[in-house]
Amino acid sequence: MKVSVELGNKKHLKKEEKHVSPFQLGFQRFLQNKMAFVGLIVLSIIVLLTVASPWLTTHNPELTDLTSQDLPPSGEHFLGTDSMGYDIYSRLVTGGRVSLVVGFCTMFFTVVIGITFGSIAGYFGGKVDSLMMRFTDLMLNFPFLVFVLFLISIFEKTTVPLLITALALTSWPTTTRLVRGIFLSLREMEYVQSAKAVGNKNFRIIFRHMMPNAIAPIIVNATLLMAQMISIEAALSFLGFGIPDPTPAWGGMLNDGMDYTVMTEKPWQWIPAGVLIVFTVLSINFIGDGLRDAFDTKSTRR
Amino acid sequence: MSNHLLEVKKLSKYFPIKGGLFKRKVGDVKAVDQVSFYVKKGETFGLVGESGCGKSTTGRTLLRLMEPTDGQILFNGVDLATLKGETLRKARRDLQMVFQDPYASLNPQMTVEQLIEEPLNIHNIGEKVDRKDRVLQIMDTVGLNKNFGGRYPHEFSGGQRQRIGIARALALQPKLIVADEPVSALDVSIQSQVVNLMEDLQQEFGLAYVFIAHDLSVVRHISDRVGVMYLGRMAEIAPKGELYTKPAHPYTQALLSAVPVPNPRLKRERIILKGDVPSPANPPQGCAFHPRCPKAFDRCKVERPEMIHLGSEHYVACHLYD
Repeated sequence: MKVSVELGNKKHLKKEEKHVSPFQLGFQRFLQNKMAFVGLIVLSIIVLLTVASPWLTTHNPELTDLTSQDLPPSGEHFLGTDSMGYDIYSRLVTGGRVSLVVGFCTMFFTVVIGITFGSIAGYFGGKVDSLMMRFTDLMLNFPFLVFVLFLISIFEKTTVPLLITALALTSWPTTTRLVRGIFLSLREMEYVQSAKAVGNKNFRIIFRHMMPNAIAPIIVNATLLMAQMISIEAALSFLGFGIPDPTPAWGGMLNDGMDYTVMTEKPWQWIPAGVLIVFTVLSINFIGDGLRDAFDTKSTRR
Repeated sequence: MSNHLLEVKKLSKYFPIKGGLFKRKVGDVKAVDQVSFYVKKGETFGLVGESGCGKSTTGRTLLRLMEPTDGQILFNGVDLATLKGETLRKARRDLQMVFQDPYASLNPQMTVEQLIEEPLNIHNIGEKVDRKDRVLQIMDTVGLNKNFGGRYPHEFSGGQRQRIGIARALALQPKLIVADEPVSALDVSIQSQVVNLMEDLQQEFGLAYVFIAHDLSVVRHISDRVGVMYLGRMAEIAPKGELYTKPAHPYTQALLSAVPVPNPRLKRERIILKGDVPSPANPPQGCAFHPRCPKAFDRCKVERPEMIHLGSEHYVACHLYD
């Protein structure tokens, strides 16, 4: 008898050691997703390269050397040089900064605006909701590219903060709509009603009770948004509206490939930048998909 | 009158139906239509009726989880229907709710301990240090293993979750708990455990319940008095014994005749109602029940019956007794 009681207790203790929240469960599922895991590793490598770029560069990435233009890859210039005499390898390692900073910061501000607006509109509903949503609709219908180009052209020089502002100002409505939708459905959940009945203040209901349950789809959206922003930044740079030289940026380096001779005869000048953009965007997208599978609300509910 | 903890007077909750190009109001769904009743201290008031008759809406309106359209909700003499903001939030301390679906009524991201402690934190009850003890004490009271405090709701069965829900409602030591079909989502064997727990708690803490259910036998087991609702209106209110032995309203009679009796030899007359429940957006003129009532007469079609006192707390809204 005694043995069985002890055994029961032990079993019981073992169980108590690992009570995981639905969020942690989702994270465990995420790590089991191979594609997402590979994406995470690739992205980590790219981020590490970018962060460590000051120690990795062989030449000053912002300095032209007119005596060494259009050189093919060699021991001196790992990936060759371009028509201006920039060292491509050094620019490549440093160029990730713009992409990643723009991608991350735009995503961050977009999500902050989206969460603030969306949660208020979704939670309170009614007139507050319709007023905010009409404004969101208005912004949603704003021609995104024209607005960005306009903002960029009225300032003398495109800077990173300007780019982030322009992108965040045009991309928040989609996120706001998403967050609002989530909050609208959460509002009717019984545990939110219960939180109200217990006497929670509105602010606390939004942040303590609804936000943790809304955060998973928001994170998924944010990840995919970041990938999107990185490609948009690259596209803008490619078109010549990005961060101007001498600051290195992947999109701008891709721009060199517009030249026919460069494209056909000097592939080292544009292929590496293109590959890095593709890898970055792809890996973030894989992470996003992995997160979506892991935090699918239906599987966390029970 | 003074021992009436809760007195509901002509409570109504209409949901507007919007239509047309500019979302104009084209009508109302009268989910709760001029319902009046009272609950005495420490008693259980059962609220029964079929699906969609407005019993849950009544319950939620009592706690102002939904805004009443009209009427008074007097709780200890204070009209809850007029309270706003902070006063309302504080008033909710004495009035708690247990929800129907134990799978949906607990925040999946909070541990049991956090769930039960939260109401104490919100209303600043006791010293911070004592709250953990208080939580354990409550868990013990509702029959939850004290070691389970760090667990999340998804690690529990339905019955245990409902215990957590009850513990959460109990934490504030309310005077009244509105239980919205607290057992209908549970297995029958668990139902009795939860109902018995609720009865024990009532005796221990002197709680009053508004017990909403569609299961007549559960209501019979737990209630002191029972109100029968039909299409958003109160059809009959009576003490349990009287309601089940001498139902006055034809609807109650039909309802009770449908309760299965565990004796196959017992001959009973079942009253089968014709037709379906009419839409609450367009309730029948006069008595809402008249199109299906076997005893309806002309007056029922034009005049809405008022509550008639039949003696000893037995009220019925039916012209037959006028």
